[in-house]
Amino acid sequence: MLKCEQLKIYQDKICGALDKCEHYQKFKVYRDKILALGNDSLEKTIAIAVALCLVCAVLVSFSAVALKSLQVHNKELDMKKNILDVAGLLQEDSNIDSEFSDKIEAKIVNLETGDYVEDINAAEYDQRKAAKDPALSVAIPKNKDIAHIRVKAKLAKVFLVKESGAIKSIILPVHGYGLWSTLYGFLSLDADGQTVQSISFYDQQETPGLGGEVVNPKWRALWKGKKVYAESNQPSAEKGLIESAEMGEPALSLIKGVVDNAKPGSQYQVDGLAGASLTSTGVTNLVKYWMSNEGFAPYLAKVRTVKGVKS
Amino acid sequence: MSAVLLNDETKKVLIAPLINDNPITLQVLGICSALAVTSQMSTSLIMALALTLVTAFSSAAISAIRNHIPSSIRIIVQMTIIASLVIVVDQLLKAFAYDVSKQLSVFVGLIITNCIVMGRAEGYAMKNPPLESFMDGIGNGLGYSLILIIVAFFRETLGSGKLLGFEVFKLTKDGGWYDPNGLMLLPPSAFFIIGLIIWSVRQWKPEQNEKVEFKIMAIAHGEGGHH
Repeated sequence: MLKCEQLKIYQDKICGALDKCEHYQKFKVYRDKILALGNDSLEKTIAIAVALCLVCAVLVSFSAVALKSLQVHNKELDMKKNILDVAGLLQEDSNIDSEFSDKIEAKIVNLETGDYVEDINAAEYDQRKAAKDPALSVAIPKNKDIAHIRVKAKLAKVFLVKESGAIKSIILPVHGYGLWSTLYGFLSLDADGQTVQSISFYDQQETPGLGGEVVNPKWRALWKGKKVYAESNQPSAEKGLIESAEMGEPALSLIKGVVDNAKPGSQYQVDGLAGASLTSTGVTNLVKYWMSNEGFAPYLAKVRTVKGVKS
Repeated sequence: MSAVLLNDETKKVLIAPLINDNPITLQVLGICSALAVTSQMSTSLIMALALTLVTAFSSAAISAIRNHIPSSIRIIVQMTIIASLVIVVDQLLKAFAYDVSKQLSVFVGLIITNCIVMGRAEGYAMKNPPLESFMDGIGNGLGYSLILIIVAFFRETLGSGKLLGFEVFKLTKDGGWYDPNGLMLLPPSAFFIIGLIIWSVRQWKPEQNEKVEFKIMAIAHGEGGHH
């Protein structure tokens, strides 16, 4: 009961202060006038609609602004988790932040030349933000824009997993339009820049249960060991030392139904998502786009050559 | 204090929706989300909590201004309040339960269109004082929760041999004996379970059966004898 009385004192204080305020008095007169109107009068309908929208807008914006930092942190953590997952390094109950900084090295790649850019802090570079900045991005010509993303950042942020100095996996950021949303994800490749290790999508709004199955671990497991670029029939020389010129166009795609592993060419095929042909096409296109010369092909070519990537 | 709070009306609106006037089994509302989120217990619990809170607070808010709502924009006013609360819930989930919010994805947003919330606003809160409306929202939310939990219990145990992520039946692929029923993970299974629940509740409480609207007449013997 004590609390109630205290509250009442505060209430009286606030009301007292408000009563002295001239504007509040004016507001009160208007408020009472409007509230006294008939419910179906035009003035009251408009006044109620405006007042309600104001209150609701304040409520919604307050919650969005107040919780933003927590949400951003969650998103970052989720992205790191996805990168660890796609690299096959994710274990339950491991600390994601420390695991990430220990094992994963972020690098900035110039997409056009395929060289590393060292004068930018990789930890702070945000490729998604850069894609929206006209100074840091380029428009994609319509006929080449198979992933329907319109612009791309000039510099991409790739992640490397190294084991005793040698690259173990290359994790490339990819994105493209599906059915409802732009899918953002990572594709991880072996050091040969050809064999897929895994794929994962950390931001997508496809239909849950259909296109949304792009996050299903069972479907993602089908990507392991698939090849990105069409190869000539001669078995390549040593792994990791193939000349880039031998690599053909990106051939990896999703097909309708289930891949028959006995058929030739099955190494370039992954099962499409049942009931989600448009999402499947979107995934095919985004992989093709980012693996082409528009995307990471120049970089991967340099990774494959003996000389390695210049920085 | 509590004796004052829980008068007969409040008690009635709080308890009746659990079984006697359950929003899912009697009113058959809110089925879509009951199908979508019940393949796991954890998502069902969060969904149940979110819907209960939204229904309660939106009913209370609508009831508080019910005497001033112009009838021509009645539904829009209700929707605006409900939608704002749902956005707040969505923001809270994204901040404090990111993984769950990812799993629930669009279904949190779809609370806006959940018939239970609108149904209680239009059917109860527009005519009753705020406290009762709040309790009515809680009661209906709990009735919805109850069915969601029952459905999720069967779907998760039979579909993946787990409950809240803990192993209940050892699966054959892990060397156990239980071969999971894949159908239970798909939305249609919730139809069967909800159907069975409705059937058993109506067996137990026959007064819930709807009156037959028309009867099929028995064909008199010998008429249309084609055999």
